[in-house]
Amino acid sequence: METTRGTSITAATGATEQAWPRLGLRVVVLAGLLAGLITVFLLSLMLGSVRIPLAEVLRILLGGQPERATWATIVLNFRLPRALTATLAGAALAVSGLQMQTLFRNPLADPFVLGISSGASLGVALVVLSVGIAASAPLLAVAGLLSNISLVLAACLGSAAVLLLVLLLARHVQSSVSLLILGIMIGYLTGAIVSLLLYFSIVERIQAYLMWTFGSFGGVTWSQMHVLAPTILIGLGLAFTLSKSLNALLLGEAYAHSMGLPVRVARFWIIVSASMLAGAVTAFCGPIAFLGIAVPHFCRNLFATSDHRVLMPAVMVMGAICAISADLIAQMPGRDTVLPLNAVMALIGAPVVLWIILRRARLYR
Amino acid sequence: MDEPVLTTHNLSIGYGSPQRTHYDRAGPRLIATALNVCLRAGELVCLLGPNGVGKSTLMRTLAGMQPALAGEVRLAGTPISALRPHDLARRLSVVLTERVEVGQLSAYALVALGRHPYTDWLGRLTPDDETVVRRAIEAVGAVALAHRPVHELSDGERQRIMIARALAQDPVVLLLDEPTAFLDLPRRVELMHLLRHLARSSRQALLLSTHDLDLALRCADVLWLMTPDGTLLAGAPEDLVLNGAFAAAFRGEGVTFDVASGTFRLNAPTHGPVQLRGTGLPMQWTARALERAGFALATGPEPTQMRVTVLSDGDGPRWQSQIAGATYMHTSVYELITWLRGIVDGA
Repeated sequence: METTRGTSITAATGATEQAWPRLGLRVVVLAGLLAGLITVFLLSLMLGSVRIPLAEVLRILLGGQPERATWATIVLNFRLPRALTATLAGAALAVSGLQMQTLFRNPLADPFVLGISSGASLGVALVVLSVGIAASAPLLAVAGLLSNISLVLAACLGSAAVLLLVLLLARHVQSSVSLLILGIMIGYLTGAIVSLLLYFSIVERIQAYLMWTFGSFGGVTWSQMHVLAPTILIGLGLAFTLSKSLNALLLGEAYAHSMGLPVRVARFWIIVSASMLAGAVTAFCGPIAFLGIAVPHFCRNLFATSDHRVLMPAVMVMGAICAISADLIAQMPGRDTVLPLNAVMALIGAPVVLWIILRRARLYR
Repeated sequence: MDEPVLTTHNLSIGYGSPQRTHYDRAGPRLIATALNVCLRAGELVCLLGPNGVGKSTLMRTLAGMQPALAGEVRLAGTPISALRPHDLARRLSVVLTERVEVGQLSAYALVALGRHPYTDWLGRLTPDDETVVRRAIEAVGAVALAHRPVHELSDGERQRIMIARALAQDPVVLLLDEPTAFLDLPRRVELMHLLRHLARSSRQALLLSTHDLDLALRCADVLWLMTPDGTLLAGAPEDLVLNGAFAAAFRGEGVTFDVASGTFRLNAPTHGPVQLRGTGLPMQWTARALERAGFALATGPEPTQMRVTVLSDGDGPRWQSQIAGATYMHTSVYELITWLRGIVDGA
């Protein structure tokens, strides 16, 4: 990343040049964020229904033999994939939210404005609720619903279908506002179909569907990780290369165009990467709201900039931290109960965001 | 004289595609046709015209933001439609009317966005880019604003920064769509002088659309007058005033252009004539007040029914009015005007 390459000018032209601002990444703050990420990541490996000491966790991670053999199983087969999923999902949703907020120039936009999660919900609802297909549905509700591959498949297909529809329409739609309305309408449509399915379904299946909507990072197995991780890493990489385009779009599409940005092409790739990220997460973890809308705001305030070259890495790390922390709290360390992830996230996150906004309102008005 | 940097060749502007499509059953809507004008380096050109005449459409077409319906726009001989987007952006930049909310960006960072067509895939600034950005900020006299967040700037400051951003694109042609729209009068004058200075010093061609007729008349090297019937007249402001084109373009909007003073009058005089006598500034300002109140001033020496004399003896000006033989004294212009109005309305 860029820090300053203008130091030679400063030296050559004297002290007055010192007055110019520096652009680019605040390395110290990002290093602090990374340290925070490592901390919560290790904590999430240590804490849970059983507490495992840090030294043992590190030994297990380095391939050594822990004090108790079960600990290795717990860390490697349950907590590590869970923590990795949270890291990836947090980063993905935050980046996706950032892209949507800039593309639509709307602080309320989130990864799901284009109907991605509605598509996934419809896919899952069709599998879980529809009477004909889901002969195994009551079984699902009992035996770890989210680990079931058919749900993931259904969610993937659902979000991919909506994504394709949006991309097709995006080629014909002139303004991003129309696109936004389109996404919302798709959301209503799928929501209506889900409601109908719910209405004609039986209680167990409704409950199974509801469980999915609560969201969880716990359902991803190592074999599923082989799909989830590459998808998200590719999406993140793509998003990163779009930083420059997103910066140009800060000024609106007209200015972006006047600065030589092929707006429609850029918009296409922004939607592709944002949808890939949001779609993959929704498919494997359920519709996780809130992160995508809150983390970009949080980072803009923390770094006092809208520059995507700074925000892109910042929201990735911050999103991961938030996701792991929320998951930690949801698991209520030391107890056997697990709270619904979405509820925990909003319960803690919403007051934080409110506080930020009120503080900002005081500062600027 | 310099070679023109931007030329239009039988340009037609308007909306809709030249062919009928299923999106656009009505076919194209032409706003103006057969436009042949040019912009030269170092000149400030003001585009004037009544509201809704298509100034913005012309600006957008010249900027390549909307396609020409016929003919073409050329930059240094090359049609802009043949230029790749970033090549066009290196030659032509814009300041738009819309007020942009950029979130949290410093003025410096916003100006640096103007380097977009020059930077690498990540948008990193080289030392050369930074030099151009700094020079652009200095050119608009906004060095002190560089650190400030854009959302804290006043309208005038913000407009300077937006102009600096356009300058950072290092263009040959700079198009500004109503840059003075949100500014108060002193800021407008300041901005126009800044733009004129920029055109001269940077040898760029500047075109700005404005509603500020008075300011445009005083500052522009060339005026483009757009009329409701879709013609575009170009020439020095004085030429357009002398040949009557200026007055013709704005006729019928409730204002009359007074060729003698070079200003617009709100409406034609309805009362009078009044014979005004006096000297110096008090006389001039009294004349203005009478015109504003709708009184025509008598031009000849022969006595008229209404006469006003400005007396400048002793402490300050006083006003004497004579109407139908009766004489009254007034201590302020306001009193005089109120009195005369009362007489005229009462009669």
